[in-house]
Amino acid sequence: MTWELAFLQALNGLQYGLLLFLLAAGLTLVLGIMNFVNLAHASLYMLGAYLGASAFAGSGSFLIAGAAAVFGTLAIGLAVERTTLLAFYARDHLDQVLATFGLLLFFNELVRVIWGPQSMYMRPPDGFTGTVSLFGALYPSYRFLVIVAGLAVALGMYLLIHYTRIGMLIRAGASNARMVSVLGVNIRLLNTLLFGMGAALAGLAGLMAAPILAVQPGMGDNVLIVVLVVIVIGGIGSIRGAFFGALIVGVVDTVGRTYLPLALRQVAERTIADAAGPALASMLIFLFMAVVLAFRPQGLFPARR
Amino acid sequence: MTWFPEPVSLRSPRAIAVMLFLLCLGLVPVVAAALEQSFYVTLAARILILGLAACGLNLVLGYGGLVSFGHSLYVGLGAYVVGILSFHGIGSGWVHLGATIALCGLVAFLTGLVCLRTSGMAFIMITLAFAQMFFFLGVSLKQYGGDDGLQIATRSDFGAWLSIETNSALYYLTFALLLLTLYLSWRFVHARFGRVLRGAKSNLQRMRVLGFPVARYQVVAYAVSGALCGIAGMLLANLTRFVSPAYMSWTLSGELIVMVMLGGMATIVGPLLGAVVFVLLETVLAAYTQHWMLVLGPIIVLIARFAKRGLYGLLK
Repeated sequence: MTWELAFLQALNGLQYGLLLFLLAAGLTLVLGIMNFVNLAHASLYMLGAYLGASAFAGSGSFLIAGAAAVFGTLAIGLAVERTTLLAFYARDHLDQVLATFGLLLFFNELVRVIWGPQSMYMRPPDGFTGTVSLFGALYPSYRFLVIVAGLAVALGMYLLIHYTRIGMLIRAGASNARMVSVLGVNIRLLNTLLFGMGAALAGLAGLMAAPILAVQPGMGDNVLIVVLVVIVIGGIGSIRGAFFGALIVGVVDTVGRTYLPLALRQVAERTIADAAGPALASMLIFLFMAVVLAFRPQGLFPARR
Repeated sequence: MTWFPEPVSLRSPRAIAVMLFLLCLGLVPVVAAALEQSFYVTLAARILILGLAACGLNLVLGYGGLVSFGHSLYVGLGAYVVGILSFHGIGSGWVHLGATIALCGLVAFLTGLVCLRTSGMAFIMITLAFAQMFFFLGVSLKQYGGDDGLQIATRSDFGAWLSIETNSALYYLTFALLLLTLYLSWRFVHARFGRVLRGAKSNLQRMRVLGFPVARYQVVAYAVSGALCGIAGMLLANLTRFVSPAYMSWTLSGELIVMVMLGGMATIVGPLLGAVVFVLLETVLAAYTQHWMLVLGPIIVLIARFAKRGLYGLLK
């Protein structure tokens, strides 16, 4: 248990957390402001990864891959919103869950039809295949890029929401959508904009994750559930909550997986520790969520209403 | 004391349809034996088991208005009770049944306590997260097969009189349990307890103001519903002689919701009807194309869009 390992694990946690944030930021806005449960967010993430990986394999340019992932998911997201989801905005959560669940199954299969059932792998872009030295510890430079990009997006969103007119409308829509609409703002257009932004961020997350994780059908499903945990911990509809929630979950999960089995060996028999360690580590974030809910059902950083 | 909790005209088209439907289900093994198509018994048993789980879910989803997206957790848990007890040489079906009801009821009670602190959207996500937590627990249980699952050598042993070694016997046991569940849930929703639950669905605030400890009723309903899904899981493990974390996958939770909505929420027979139609649809589509999800996904969207009252609602 050296300092270096702890530092690298913390960085990995940060990187995972920022990836979760990219997904959670868009989803929490859709959930909180539009009051819409969108499980198909996972599909947009998956499509972003596929589009990005294919464009990168075809062109060799990471910029083109980025454009394909972000604008591709944006276009798909808006198309799905216009054709299908619009009819569900006024419906109850159950119908929304069911409809987006159906979409999720559809897209998982669609990807399997187009790209085949086997996993795709994407190599990191040129110049980011090696490692960087951070305070004497070697860290993969691509993962470092993910951290930087994640922080940049977080900063950009902060500026957008607090210092632009669009951001002001989003905040106003979060507190009282009806009132904003009465004041003459086209709330439908605002909703579509929000949805598109969420879709583009999901696509970006997919692209960023593609060189780290396997690109495969259904890759978004498990991530989606972790993102929902993030949102519940942070507070539904709160960008700040999504940010801190994502970082907490990312670090708790990563560090827990590394250190919990080691820690258990100190207190229990090796065989028991080896069996219980990974089990407990995989349950850690969910237990954390349960504890948070037991004390603060509204989340740690609830959106101000 | 009357047998029916609400006045029913046995000659109404709806009652006749329901009785015919149940009669058809009861005859499946006989017909399958005559046609020498034992596959149908397995398929029909699967339908009944999922129907039982959907009925359990319907108690909280339909009557309680609590959208649980995590009921596969209890199906999987019930299946794992059979798998793990058999693995350690405990084959008695009565022990399996008792342990399933106790464990699933307890887990549902405890997670229900946490989940019910929230409502609406957060409730959906938290039930989903708890199911996923147990899914990962199943994956990490390497001694019980982990990801690959666990074969079950022999089915639960209910004694010589109630042996479920043949698929037909298992089918009839499931059918009997299902009929019992349907009847008891019919009584349940018309009893004081069910009325409180339904009242909380339509107007939570009013029920609270009337002085009902609504959360307590909901937790108990959640536990009962979890135990019912557990029994379904136990039967499912017996049918397939296999259990794996896939039994806790969140797609199963979604499918159970589809069955309830397709058949008709907050109706007694609806979820069973939904299970029949949904599983048959799945089977037929899968026979035509490997990519049947491509068709099923949009169908689910359409069900969410249009099937407000469900198939049972179409029967007048």
